[in-house]
Amino acid sequence: MITKRIIPCLDVKDGRVVKGVNFLGLADVSSPVRLAEYYSECGADELVFYDITASYEGRALFTDILREVASKIFIPLTVGGGINTIDDFDRVLKCGADKVSVNSGAIRNPELIREAAQKYGNQCVVISADIKRVDGVFRVFAKGGRENTGMEAISWIKKCVELGAGEVVVNSIDTDGVKGGFDIEMLRAVCEAVNVPVIASGGAGSVQHFIDLFKEIPDIDAGLAASVFHFGEIEIKDLKKELKANDITVRL
Amino acid sequence: MIAIIDYGVGNLFSLCSSLKAIGADAVVTSDPEIIRNADKIILPGVGAFGDAIKKLNDTGLDKIVIEEAKSGKKLMGICLGMQLLFEKSYEYGEHTGLSLLKGSVVPMDGRLPKELKIPHIGWNALHFAKNHPLFKYIKEGDCVYFVHSYYAENCEDSLLATAEYGYELTASVVKDNVAGMQFHPEKSGTVGLKILQAFCEWEDEE
Repeated sequence: MITKRIIPCLDVKDGRVVKGVNFLGLADVSSPVRLAEYYSECGADELVFYDITASYEGRALFTDILREVASKIFIPLTVGGGINTIDDFDRVLKCGADKVSVNSGAIRNPELIREAAQKYGNQCVVISADIKRVDGVFRVFAKGGRENTGMEAISWIKKCVELGAGEVVVNSIDTDGVKGGFDIEMLRAVCEAVNVPVIASGGAGSVQHFIDLFKEIPDIDAGLAASVFHFGEIEIKDLKKELKANDITVRL
Repeated sequence: MIAIIDYGVGNLFSLCSSLKAIGADAVVTSDPEIIRNADKIILPGVGAFGDAIKKLNDTGLDKIVIEEAKSGKKLMGICLGMQLLFEKSYEYGEHTGLSLLKGSVVPMDGRLPKELKIPHIGWNALHFAKNHPLFKYIKEGDCVYFVHSYYAENCEDSLLATAEYGYELTASVVKDNVAGMQFHPEKSGTVGLKILQAFCEWEDEE
């Protein structure tokens, strides 16, 4: 059986991992390469690198780092942040990314999904959506969750999949940062709407939250988190052992 | 030296890096002379079967690969590169492959149970159909990384391993000196590197 994936997400700015990283025994804790190696050894199934750099120089630094990570780490790498054109796809794929995640770029120009899927294949195009409840309706937010686009989220995701997105990352703004568990209701709604892999993001605070996620939504493919992994609150090795003990299929 | 065939499809960065990581001497090439002089050949590939076989045919590399394989040189196809080794593919029409292995490539759509997602993306466990030197460093149940929407069938005589996804999908094949991996060894962590290592060391069986 295909295994449930555990995915740490690394935000990179000016060549360093941000969001605070607090590992014991790692000297240079903000080095993306060191962290990627560490996670790979711990059993991470995939890594997401999110480029939060705004400057041109920072962007060049990001691709240098990506290239270095990809020449040392042999698990799938997804790259997001600042992907607005086919040239952006090209730039990160050439540096060793396997999948490219689009968010605001697709909101501005949904055809980017179709174009990229035709050129690189559906499996390469990931739609990432920041979603928040507004008056009881799931709405898509842009610009890192700051701006309500007014679009209804489920129909937006369905549209993206029809355009060619091969995977969906659902980031619930409502549960993000709260560490109270994943947004089961929102994730279930997305899983029921599409037949491509769905990755849950936002809300992981404990091992139990991952168990609940995979138990309550058997269709969900992966759980993504950042700070709980970076701060060592959850060790991926322990997490996967616990998942297995709960009859959830994982790669050990 | 291992020749990685470059015929203009797919991203070879990770494949090259992974071979470098295990200390293999590999070169990306479309030069027939280099391919002829290589000890082993890897045929990579992502994308659509029709495009890929057309590019191989247009560059004449199809003939070189077939000649070298028939001369007994070790050849490994990866992902679409594995699918190209078969006789036929039914991906958007019907295409003739390199016909180095018996079997055909068919879509999962309509064949797998409806609730399963397509493509088959992620880590899945290998079930060995037989023992082989290519798997000497890994064990039954080890996970590897798959990304595909089509799979090989009617390839019983070369079947080396399967992965369970609705039913037992062809994960790996080998017949004499010609091998194929449906998954991506270059993206399958240490298990994948061990398979590449075994490929580098693969000698004629006694």
